[in-house]
Amino acid sequence: MPADTLLATDVSRRRLLAGGAAGLAALGLPGRRASAARPLIVGFIYVGPKDDYGYNQAHAEAAAMLKKTPGVSIVEEERVPESDDVSRTMESMIRLDGATLLFPTSFGYFDPYMLRTAAKYPNIQFRHCGGLWQKDKHPMNTGSYFGYIGMCQYLNGIAAAHATKSKKIGFVAAKPIPQVLVNINSFTLGARSVDPAITTSVIFTGEWSMPVKEAEASNSLIDQGIDVVTCHVDSPKVVMETAERRGIFACGYHANQSKLAPKGYLTGAEWNWITVYRQFIDDALNGKPIPNFTRGGLAEGFVKMSPYGPGLSDAGRKNVDSVKAEMMKGGYTVFKGPLKDNKGNTVIPAGTAYPETAIQLESLNYLVEGVNGAIA
Amino acid sequence: MSSATTAAVLPDAVPARAADSWYPLRRALEAVLAPLVALGVAGVLFSVFLLCLGQSPLDFLDLVWRGAFGSWFSIQNTVQRAAPLLLTALCVALPGQLGLVIIGGEAAVVLGGLAATVAALPLVHGGPFLVLPAMAIAGIAMGAFWIGISGWLKARLNVNETIASLVLAYIGLALFNHLVEGVLRDPSSLNKPSTYGIGDGNMLDTVPWLDVHPGLPVGILACVLSWVLIYRTSFGFASRVTGGNVRAAQLQGLPVTRLILVACAIGGGCAGLAGAIEVAAEYGRANASLNAGYGYTGILIAFLARFNPLAIMPMALLLGGLTAAGGLLQRHMGLPDATILVLQGLIFVSILTSDTLYGRFRWFQPRGTA
Repeated sequence: MPADTLLATDVSRRRLLAGGAAGLAALGLPGRRASAARPLIVGFIYVGPKDDYGYNQAHAEAAAMLKKTPGVSIVEEERVPESDDVSRTMESMIRLDGATLLFPTSFGYFDPYMLRTAAKYPNIQFRHCGGLWQKDKHPMNTGSYFGYIGMCQYLNGIAAAHATKSKKIGFVAAKPIPQVLVNINSFTLGARSVDPAITTSVIFTGEWSMPVKEAEASNSLIDQGIDVVTCHVDSPKVVMETAERRGIFACGYHANQSKLAPKGYLTGAEWNWITVYRQFIDDALNGKPIPNFTRGGLAEGFVKMSPYGPGLSDAGRKNVDSVKAEMMKGGYTVFKGPLKDNKGNTVIPAGTAYPETAIQLESLNYLVEGVNGAIA
Repeated sequence: MSSATTAAVLPDAVPARAADSWYPLRRALEAVLAPLVALGVAGVLFSVFLLCLGQSPLDFLDLVWRGAFGSWFSIQNTVQRAAPLLLTALCVALPGQLGLVIIGGEAAVVLGGLAATVAALPLVHGGPFLVLPAMAIAGIAMGAFWIGISGWLKARLNVNETIASLVLAYIGLALFNHLVEGVLRDPSSLNKPSTYGIGDGNMLDTVPWLDVHPGLPVGILACVLSWVLIYRTSFGFASRVTGGNVRAAQLQGLPVTRLILVACAIGGGCAGLAGAIEVAAEYGRANASLNAGYGYTGILIAFLARFNPLAIMPMALLLGGLTAAGGLLQRHMGLPDATILVLQGLIFVSILTSDTLYGRFRWFQPRGTA
């Protein structure tokens, strides 16, 4: 769909009026919006608080940067559950605010809520973070974007390997789903690329956001002797704070958490969503179509590493820097055969390699050798 | 608690009805005015709160109106959020007649939804006329069973039903997650563990003409039937007597154990039905979306309605409307999501406090008796 329809909502409103029953709904639209120079109204929807030091903050920081763009107006709503509530929020943004480009950022918003709403509003553009958009299955006014953050977790693993003394590192994970498993495996493979004796202990909390369980998991990992921890939960705040209080090292995730652990923070895997949003909004303003399927890694500027903390040695910094430089060239492969899972089965035979772009990684379902933990 | 239930019991036992024919009207007026005054007080307190934040209360009212009731879309939005709350509030209000405080409705909702899905799975090719009744029965049965456990523990072992139902809610949610992420999981639901779907063709459509959530007519019917049950049947009368004074009820030979079990089972059945409807109308499968807090908001509504099933309806609309407007407030006033919780808290406290107003003003009392 050409993006010029994005700006022509007055036309779509007339169409709505012509649509009989839907005309009733248009009565609720305030008249004062019918001014001449309409900005592009962009809606951001977050599953948690905007200042969670994590997943939602990473998106909200990019949205805050966009607010300064002329001709663009941003509306945001936080703590919207992954239920029919999000359909209602999207519709409310479209009907009451006049939004024409929506970013529902949480994973569970995609199917069925965003897809259903998109089918109902074919003139509105929807782009979702993390979903797997497929041309033959999903509407053309929808799409998905995501970043290869597993690469950054691999770099986290290298940093962790240089900091650990006990050769035991830890991972606090939310749910055993592919995106999380890729991170656990990448972190472990990164650490074991430095020292194959290192093992990762993982605890699944079962929830995206459950601070009490995250604190318990961190403490119990530390009690088991790990001395570097990272995580994949919506807000890494509790894990980072617990690590700092117990005097161990930590690698961040989602956003920069160095403030929470000034002594122990080694580095972190961060999203850099502004790259994606800037491109999408430029496309919309210039009347170009917004891409439906967008993926990128370190080289594309979709993800980045936090600045190094004081805990990381010079040797460690050099090691991370050199691997990162390789990754920036593109085509760096973390998952390559022969690779065994932690039950001893060969999961990738010798000679096969899955680079960051491999779609197979988006349905990964094992923990690699060197991870102590089990899926479900 | 007991003040609320005794207040609900007492008026029927008023002697002077014949002498003062206006009394029933004044009594009804009192019942309407007290919560309205409380709402006004909450509104004033909240305005002070907004002024402290440097926001205009009038803008706030305007946005709430636009977001909750100002257009057909907003009304649909409000009704959709209110529909499941009607049923979950009954899960608190029905046992509440017996003086029980059941707060574990959330587990009845999710397990009811799960049971309904499981019942639907073998029948997916049988069409909606086979699938939907099976789902309703399974959801009601599961909810009745789950809340029935708390009732049984109370009636037989005198375990505090509030604690029991709360703890059982945690167990229920854990069980739900275990099953959905384990044996009942559809392996293709990669990043959001879910059960297999009941099939798009079997799903419950919105109400014809109005395009509102199908839970709404069911919820209204359930509220009306519950009102009849409580105020127009001997079961309801016995329940209210038990709620007023258990010892007196036992002395009268009322079957207290059975009353508790039945009230808990009906209440739980309502919550289970809410879960089944959410699956049938919204999700098409059971997953973590079911755990949306309807069970907990239902507690709030039941208390606001002073356990009166008819009063549950406006209260559910009020809270549904506030939630519906919540997003607009965030987007236009830059207020955090928790602002609506502050308002809900103020409303809750003022309405509960307004309970003490009943009977304080002589004008509302029966007259003409010597």
